[in-house]
Amino acid sequence: MTDIATMPQPVSFGRRLKRFMADRPLIPLIILLIILVVILQILRPGIVNERWIANTAKFAIPLAILAGCQTMTMLTGGIDLSVGTVATMSAFIMATQIVNQDPAVAFLLAMLPALLIGLVNGIGVGVFRVHPLIMTLGTSLIGTGFLQVYQRTVIASGAKIPDFLNWLGTGLTYGFPNALFLFMPVAVLIVFMLNRTGFGRLLYAVGDNERAARLSGVRYWQVITALYVLSSLLAGITGLLYIGLIKAPSLSLAEPLVLPSVAAAVIGGTSIFGGRGGYTGTIIGALILTVLTTLLTILQMPEGGRRILFGFIVLFVTAAYLRIVEER
Amino acid sequence: MSRFLRNQGWVAGLFALLIFLFVVTKLIQPGYGSGDFGSLARAVLPYAFAVAAQTVVVIAGGIDLSVAAMMALTSVTAASMMNGASEEYALFVVPFVLALGLMLGALNGVLIVVTRVPDIVVTLAMLFVLQGAALLVLEAPGGAAAEWLKASVIGTVPIPGLPDWADAWVPKALVLLLVCLCIVWIPLRRSRLGLSIYAIGSNELAAFRSGVPVARTRMLAYALSGLFAALGGLSLTISTGIGAPIPGPYLLASVAAVVLGGVALGGGKGGLLGPIIAVFVLRLVRTDLTLLAIDPNVTAIIEGAIMVAVVMFGAFITMRSRPAGATS
Repeated sequence: MTDIATMPQPVSFGRRLKRFMADRPLIPLIILLIILVVILQILRPGIVNERWIANTAKFAIPLAILAGCQTMTMLTGGIDLSVGTVATMSAFIMATQIVNQDPAVAFLLAMLPALLIGLVNGIGVGVFRVHPLIMTLGTSLIGTGFLQVYQRTVIASGAKIPDFLNWLGTGLTYGFPNALFLFMPVAVLIVFMLNRTGFGRLLYAVGDNERAARLSGVRYWQVITALYVLSSLLAGITGLLYIGLIKAPSLSLAEPLVLPSVAAAVIGGTSIFGGRGGYTGTIIGALILTVLTTLLTILQMPEGGRRILFGFIVLFVTAAYLRIVEER
Repeated sequence: MSRFLRNQGWVAGLFALLIFLFVVTKLIQPGYGSGDFGSLARAVLPYAFAVAAQTVVVIAGGIDLSVAAMMALTSVTAASMMNGASEEYALFVVPFVLALGLMLGALNGVLIVVTRVPDIVVTLAMLFVLQGAALLVLEAPGGAAAEWLKASVIGTVPIPGLPDWADAWVPKALVLLLVCLCIVWIPLRRSRLGLSIYAIGSNELAAFRSGVPVARTRMLAYALSGLFAALGGLSLTISTGIGAPIPGPYLLASVAAVVLGGVALGGGKGGLLGPIIAVFVLRLVRTDLTLLAIDPNVTAIIEGAIMVAVVMFGAFITMRSRPAGATS
């Protein structure tokens, strides 16, 4: 009896594994990503090659940047559902204004609605304290309306995709998609900002305990306004990238990315209630979703079945991930 | 008590706004009569059920992003079951579809309680699942509705003792709406379950400590939401005669009307009457804008702006009426 009590209890392997994963929440995500790629390779031997990887990256990057917007807003306990509309607006305006405008002017015109919508979102959430979900849904509704009105004024002039965006969206340099030239700095910037700058700390602080943050002198509305403007501008740039990839300006261009971007951030371990998470997880979340979409396409299921599986997998991954991370 | 007054004041204000809008409508279009009112009631029907579905969940402190997808699924289920079937068969279809909605809603609730994933993520995942299921049931808009069901929303209800001119202002669609809502809502509001729903929305921890079965109440709230969504889906099939697998704009509209109707997004406050009046207000604004021959695209801008302005105004009032710094 006594030697059992004095002997250190051997910790079971499963428990150690679990603790290891909980300490490094990125590892289970990366394992899941690798498992998905392996399944893909088994189902279609030879599909995983250089071209496939470049292609996956191309489609994952716009999603990852939009998911970055969600990550940052979710860290403060908010959400930005207007990113789809903002991205669509900037893409559409760029494609139509480039026809008879200088590229720089067209770019500024394209980013203007992003700035405005971000500002309105920020003021609504930060100053008037409207629920972010409502605020961003409302501004996206307004934005879509403006876009529809705008569309009719430019119907005669037509649209074209600038060569530069074409290059950025679909081009390859030494086998690497050019979109990485945009994505790398953005990703580094976001990660650096969240981890190393005062602004990043403020986002975590506000999301973790807003009252405490305010009592310690954080100017809540300034942080929130800056955040939503930043999120909107990023969404606008994503729109420009996305139009270079899709090459067909439409009024619902980036709309299908909105809900997956929320899902990517959630799968990546960012808490929707704020205060917890980071951007690296989100990037892997976006990659997981993109590979998953390829996988479901390859299975040649009907569209309906694919969506059902997609929904259940997102739910399952989130639930499993929460279990792993929370049981410390 | 003051909170009660304020909430009732909000509903009264909305009602005054509705009356004002009717007067405006009559001024714009002197010929606006009972027939137009009937078509307004028919147009409101699916929206009103969607809003009721959202209201129950929001009062319980949650949110349901799958409302529109649930309506699409129940609508196509009803339409494909009634396709080519006898009139009497519809008598079986209606309860079946309602039970389906109840079960799917309960599934939402069970998933939220069991997986402990935030409700917004669970219902987002369910949105994909339900959309997929709707596409599996019916790939393209189609199906049929029984004649007696279609007739149940067209025309007016003859009330004995009422002169014909007054009778013309009682469209069947409106009566159907009120009857369905009252049958579910009034007993609920007076029951222990209704009280529990308000309790968990108001303060979950306090509710739990006072012995409210939080998990069960949450599941039942989502189940009720599913029931209302199924009613909405049925009314879509009935009024269009077909089922369409692509969700309509009901998610956004339902959230907008819930907020406009004075239900706090945090939960625990508000009733069903406010949101229902809000739906009428929103639809009537749309009618007015159409009557004024305003571009339907501008209508989207105006609707969005109204929603944002009202929400900001509401938030502003709440902020002013609370002592500074006491905002949760």
